[in-house]
Amino acid sequence: MTLPDAEELLIKLAEGIKPFVTPDTALIGIHSGGVWLMERLLPMLGHDLVHGTLDVSFYRDDFGSRGLHAETRPSQIPFEVNDRNILLIDDVFYTGRTIRAAMNELFDYGRPASISLAVLVDRGGRELPITPQVCTAQIPLPEDQNLQLLRDENGRFTLKLERADV
Amino acid sequence: MFNPQLDKDGKLKHLLSIEGLPKSILNHILDTADSFAGVGEREVKKVPLLRGKTVCNIFFENSTRTRTTFEIAAKRLSADVINLNVGTSSQSKGETILDTVENLTAMHADVFVVRHAESGAAHLIARHVQPHVHVINAGDGRHAHPTQGLLDVYTIRRYKPDMHNLKVALVGDVLHSRVARSEIHALTTLGVPEVRVIAPKTLLPGFVERLGVQVYHDMREGLKDVDVIMMLRLQNERMSGALLPSAQEYFKCFGLTQEKLALAKPDAIVMHPGPMNRGVEIDSAVADGSQSVILPQVTYGIAVRMAVMSILAGNS
Amino acid sequence: MKIHISNGRLIDPKNGIDTHTDLFVAAGRIAGIGAKPEGFTAEQTIDASNLVVCPGFVDLSARLREPGSEYRATLKSELRAAAAGGVTSLSCPPDTEPVLDEPGLVEMLRYRAKKLEIAHVYPLGALTRQLKGEQLTEMAELTEAGCAGFSQADTAIIDTRVLWRALQYAATFGYTVWLRPEEPYLAKDGVAHDGEIAARLGLKGIPVAAEALAIASILRIARDTGAKVHLSRLSTAEGVDLVREAKKQGVMVTCDVSINHLHLTEHDIGFFNANCHLRPPLRSQRDKDSLCAGLADGTIDAICSDHAPVDEDAKLLPFAEAEPGATGLELLLPLTLKWAAQNRVSLIDAIARITHAPALILGIDAGELSVDAAADICMFDPERYWQVTPATLLSQGKNTPFIGTEVAGKVHYTLLDGQLVHSL
Repeated sequence: MTLPDAEELLIKLAEGIKPFVTPDTALIGIHSGGVWLMERLLPMLGHDLVHGTLDVSFYRDDFGSRGLHAETRPSQIPFEVNDRNILLIDDVFYTGRTIRAAMNELFDYGRPASISLAVLVDRGGRELPITPQVCTAQIPLPEDQNLQLLRDENGRFTLKLERADV
Repeated sequence: MFNPQLDKDGKLKHLLSIEGLPKSILNHILDTADSFAGVGEREVKKVPLLRGKTVCNIFFENSTRTRTTFEIAAKRLSADVINLNVGTSSQSKGETILDTVENLTAMHADVFVVRHAESGAAHLIARHVQPHVHVINAGDGRHAHPTQGLLDVYTIRRYKPDMHNLKVALVGDVLHSRVARSEIHALTTLGVPEVRVIAPKTLLPGFVERLGVQVYHDMREGLKDVDVIMMLRLQNERMSGALLPSAQEYFKCFGLTQEKLALAKPDAIVMHPGPMNRGVEIDSAVADGSQSVILPQVTYGIAVRMAVMSILAGNS
Repeated sequence: MKIHISNGRLIDPKNGIDTHTDLFVAAGRIAGIGAKPEGFTAEQTIDASNLVVCPGFVDLSARLREPGSEYRATLKSELRAAAAGGVTSLSCPPDTEPVLDEPGLVEMLRYRAKKLEIAHVYPLGALTRQLKGEQLTEMAELTEAGCAGFSQADTAIIDTRVLWRALQYAATFGYTVWLRPEEPYLAKDGVAHDGEIAARLGLKGIPVAAEALAIASILRIARDTGAKVHLSRLSTAEGVDLVREAKKQGVMVTCDVSINHLHLTEHDIGFFNANCHLRPPLRSQRDKDSLCAGLADGTIDAICSDHAPVDEDAKLLPFAEAEPGATGLELLLPLTLKWAAQNRVSLIDAIARITHAPALILGIDAGELSVDAAADICMFDPERYWQVTPATLLSQGKNTPFIGTEVAGKVHYTLLDGQLVHSL
């Protein structure tokens, strides 16, 4: 199958996000793909937006079976979460568990006024009642395939399909 | 070769000593600690990683400080904590160390944090726990105190990121110190090129150079150009065992003062595992001075212990 | 019972015999070697093809735990272990409960052992009362009760004057004093060799100097008092050198080494293996090599098992708290053979170290296959391997560093006074 051009999707994403964003909105990228996207989106969104990053390793629901992720990074939320309108950004939306973990983690920082979600691609296979407000592409994929966002040395994005270990 | 700390896939099963752990595992623990360092600054100082798990502190040798840090670390991981100060309970009634551990197994503890006055106690316990239980050595006799060694190198890494270019000096009672042994193993494993020990001969174990250190008996010589000074605690009983004449003479020759500190690099950091004997190992002015990182060490201790517990609990 | 032992390889170090020939036993004694004695009709024939036939072994140190610690081991269980190990005569140290410092206790022990008829027991009497190192024991009475010599077991005498007088008194009668050389203050609370391993593992070390100093003072006192001294359990290269020098000077000293120190070093402690907590401690490779060489060149006279059964609970403790000692009666033969193989020592010379040489030290008629000697005989297969496991050991003590390993040298038959006391 031919995958869409990630750079083109990025532009569509920025357009899709603009209505959800005010000067007070905080952007939070989820490691790693969401953070990459957020870094490119910030200048495109025009405002001087407050932003942060989230690593959800400590909130995942598969710790019991898969253990701690080999590479964890510190989450950086350098702003007050209480009463904030937050926009979460991630690259690929799949089961919804990553977003569940991200929201749980956010609530340990404070009580946001609202949380919205913008993702580049929805690859189908949702397992929780969570849905993105903004999504630029729907690419349904079988269980044995993974969709990955890649970033080359020049910072250009591409999408790639990989075999998943089921 | 059999390594009692690793499971058959080479993953950490118990933390008993720094000696025997590959560099990759040490780095993994330190890197993971980075992610935990910020948790204490948040409103909810917890992550749910060990929710539903029980951490049991079995301290056959008393220590409020260390036990409290482990307790805080476990609670920040949302674990349930049981504290057993065995000196006051069944152990003194003649129950053996393994009987005590077996009775606790019935309470479904997932992690045992053990401190004991005899070297090898943690190894003994690790040989006899149920397969899913992890043992963390919180100090066994003179042998090892791995979480202290880890938090010390973590502290060094925060202030001096280039470990491959450092001169580190340990000062004090190396002979009786499990902290010193763990620190030395951590430093040499991580590739610190020069590790010095500074102490009178009576406070150094025979064959200490085999651990990979350079020995100095003259503190002024030993501190020259050093980037990190790790002070060791001197216990009062050392004065009564014909190892040292007096605290005063010890302070004169081996105590860290401003004047001696000036011989090290100008940006050298001063560390101490605590609790400090002010005026014996270290001058108050230095302990409270700008080069001292003694207080941050304590905070990092919680993050490092959280990292250790999470990695172990995730490797079941 | 008239027994004909046929087709065996007869090895008798005392008489310099190493040949395939037959052995004849009658009325508890050796009746003949080679040719059948006149009028001899065998009531039992033992086919010793592929077996070595040699004198029953003489073990200079085996703790039987009686009187006192019967929960750890009993006379019967340990003597059966001795028989299984081919040991027909053994000496036990006086550190029983109560200490063997009264003639009545010694008589009782000998009587009980005699009644069991499994092995000959030659107790060592305490050198000082309660082993406290203060007052002398009644050495003449104790000798009459059956003591083969006098010892302090593992408790060194602190007061040098007492040591001097004790040796002087023993010298009056020509008694041998057995001492384990260890300077008590340097060794205090020590549990391992003072070397690299103790430094790494945080264990309190016993320096080589503790043994060297003690050997030097004991030898000096022995020289001045004229006492006959046997040094038990050498463990250092320096100790071997001191004894070698003393023997050259004609000092009346003998010494032994334990099977464990011939094969193990401080490295075998590994991750705090309490089975390696021994007294004296396992030392460096250099010390071990020197002990092996010293035994080969005769500086060290004999090998002993240093048998010390310890119950499982007493070993399931942190290293320093675990009770020291290893079970050894059944390993005396295989570990002696292993030492011989590794140090290019002939079989007959190796067997001498556990038969004739220790018999001389104990001053007993044993360890030989001369005609008319007591028929204490061991028949073993030097090539037969067996696993050392709690099930294969007859001793109640399963505590040995060799547990789980495979060793060569299996005793097939043991005869005591012409009676079969062990067979496979």
